[in-house]
Amino acid sequence: MTEVATDMTLPFAPVEETGAASYLDEGHTIMSWLATTDHKRIAILYAVSITIFFFIGGAAIALVRLELIEPHGWFLTSDAYNRLFTLHGIIMVWFFLVPSIPATMGNFLLPLMIGARDVAFPRLNLLSWYLYVIGAAFTVYVVIAGGVDTGWTFYPPLSSNYANGQVVAAAAGVFVVGFSSIATGVNFIVTTHMLRAPGMTWFRLPLFCWSMYTVSLVMVLATPVLAMSLLLIVAERAFGLPVFDAAHGGDPVLFQHIFWFYSHPAVYIMILPAMGVVSEIFACFARRQVFGYAFMVYALLAIAVIGFMVWGHHMFVAGQSQLANLVFSFLSFMVAVPSAIKVFNWIATMYRGQIGFEAPMLYALGFLGLFTIGGLTGLFLASVPIDVATTDSYFVVAHFHTIMVGGTVSAFMAGIHYWWPKVTGRLYHEFFAQFAAITMFLGFNVTFLPQFVMGWQGMPRRYHTYPEVFQVWHVISSLGAGILVVAYTLPLIYLGWSLFRGERASDNPWHATGLEWQTPSPPPKENFHHVPVIDAEPYMYHETGHPREPGEPTPVREQGE
Amino acid sequence: MSDVSAAVREPWPDLTVQRQGVGLGIWVFLASEVLFFGALITAYGIYRSIHPAAFLAAAKHTELVYGTINTVLLLTSSVTMTVALRAAEARLRRATIGCLAVTLVLGVGFLLCKGLEYRDDLREGFFPGAGFPLADPPTQLFWMLYWIMTGIHAIHLSAGILVVGVVAMLFWRRVLPVQDSTMEGIATYWHFVDTVWILLFPLLYLVGRI
Repeated sequence: MTEVATDMTLPFAPVEETGAASYLDEGHTIMSWLATTDHKRIAILYAVSITIFFFIGGAAIALVRLELIEPHGWFLTSDAYNRLFTLHGIIMVWFFLVPSIPATMGNFLLPLMIGARDVAFPRLNLLSWYLYVIGAAFTVYVVIAGGVDTGWTFYPPLSSNYANGQVVAAAAGVFVVGFSSIATGVNFIVTTHMLRAPGMTWFRLPLFCWSMYTVSLVMVLATPVLAMSLLLIVAERAFGLPVFDAAHGGDPVLFQHIFWFYSHPAVYIMILPAMGVVSEIFACFARRQVFGYAFMVYALLAIAVIGFMVWGHHMFVAGQSQLANLVFSFLSFMVAVPSAIKVFNWIATMYRGQIGFEAPMLYALGFLGLFTIGGLTGLFLASVPIDVATTDSYFVVAHFHTIMVGGTVSAFMAGIHYWWPKVTGRLYHEFFAQFAAITMFLGFNVTFLPQFVMGWQGMPRRYHTYPEVFQVWHVISSLGAGILVVAYTLPLIYLGWSLFRGERASDNPWHATGLEWQTPSPPPKENFHHVPVIDAEPYMYHETGHPREPGEPTPVREQGE
Repeated sequence: MSDVSAAVREPWPDLTVQRQGVGLGIWVFLASEVLFFGALITAYGIYRSIHPAAFLAAAKHTELVYGTINTVLLLTSSVTMTVALRAAEARLRRATIGCLAVTLVLGVGFLLCKGLEYRDDLREGFFPGAGFPLADPPTQLFWMLYWIMTGIHAIHLSAGILVVGVVAMLFWRRVLPVQDSTMEGIATYWHFVDTVWILLFPLLYLVGRI
């Protein structure tokens, strides 16, 4: 086994040949970044932009949580409160979560993992970042011009006729950033089809690449429908066309159908990449092959396909027929099957492994726990009678935050820590990272477990004031949000420190097997000096659990030594 | 042959693979476009099934003459675009540029004709809102869809005209060789815009005249 694995990892980019030229050394001017077509630099541009928006969206919700400590509010007007949670939703969904993993790690790693020089259309890749920036500019304008109070879902007739805020500008921002998603999706699909290195067959692709491929399919096929729903809202609001106007025989529920046809798959746009990231990390930190690789691939594809057929579960109380409710409920249960296959396979991957508890693994384990909680509560909501009782309650809020924040953000942080040495060529302070990982997991649960409880007891979402009986849960939840602020700020500090002062990383500090680790840290501009040839399966770690000792030769030959 | 090697861009190994890559990319993008128009046509289908009589009444007032002329113009432009693509594959530079020019003229002709039709529609008051000439409120839903569908189609066609114009200019100035992968992309896109019109024409002009 070891022999085959060693053959796989030819010295594609020996250190002595590379000299100084990493992708970071190819120019230090501002223009060398803003006009780059290098997928690695574009990934960094995205990482910086989405981090900024993550903290804007976070600040908005921090104010909301602070306000909710008092049952009748204490420093915000109801109007400002509405605008803050709307802003939080719009920014976090479209300007952080949707691009988070694909646009940063996907851009950086997909070509490296398949042995390509770059993505298929490098200029389109740069254009996608500029589209993101234009969409972001609209959103910043919305913030400055007074905000929008429709909720992130833009339901008419509130959004089309009654809302006072900057609905058109907000919709335009989301519309434009959608094109950035589509451009990324097209790029990744063509890259995966056309630019795999010799020997990199479909079933030798790392699961992260599979997750990027499936998420690209969802992005390309779902995002245009969102674009149309927003365009129709703008047509009604700005041009006075009676698109969803019941007075002319129009149907507001039609908007909900079109909107959720995108926005439910959007949840899979957020979670599929997270699944790809943790699959890499579990294998590496348990020193085990991924259990049931083929079924992991089928599960990704199944989630992507079934995810398109469940949108109606958002409309169980919107006047949908009982038959439609039943069908959508059944299909929503079905999507849990491939998700469960993945959870069990991750656990089986770790079984009898030699588990190392470094920061990436801690974040990934946090993902596993939170994804399971979020997934199981999703089954509650897929069941029509329970959903009718809990619709628009904090139970729903807690459920989707557990998947989208607990799941995706945990995996995002896991990936950032796992590939940090590769991207920057530096190491971060391990203890601080472990501390931040544990703090984030605890803070998250303190924030959202109370929301499950009060939602179940009947606390409706989006309300500015509430009966005093819920106050204790709101206070605990706000306390958890305070812990999360610490957990999110810490990485900013120690990763920033690492960027300038961190110890130099070796080329393969985790002794991992992926192709991206077989080239120097940070990688040269052209990724590999010789085209890599692959002749083995991915994840050639130990067949059974085996300790990882410093002196022992790993299955992969390190290039840095 | 030196100009051919100049057309190969990173990260492609050669022009054949690059052309296949661009072809795949444009088809994936068009899949996205299908879903975009799909949402709109679904909305049309649902509203028509709720208000069949109003849609029948409202659709009688579209300008069949303009619509038919435009259909002829656009289908003809698809023919010239196909000839341009085949000529490019055979490396017939002047034939390619000539056919692209004819395609452009037909496309612009479509937009002019559409503009005249819009003028007549507005003159007769067929923009939803106060003073709409038909009494039944759901008739305004049909005309709302008419404006949105033809408007979005016209925007797509304008984008196509712009891109085809730029590419033809690059061929003319020999910045790009005609066998470059770009030709594959713009031809496929142009046919897509025509296909959308082939769907819109019966939905907007013919349904009221059964």
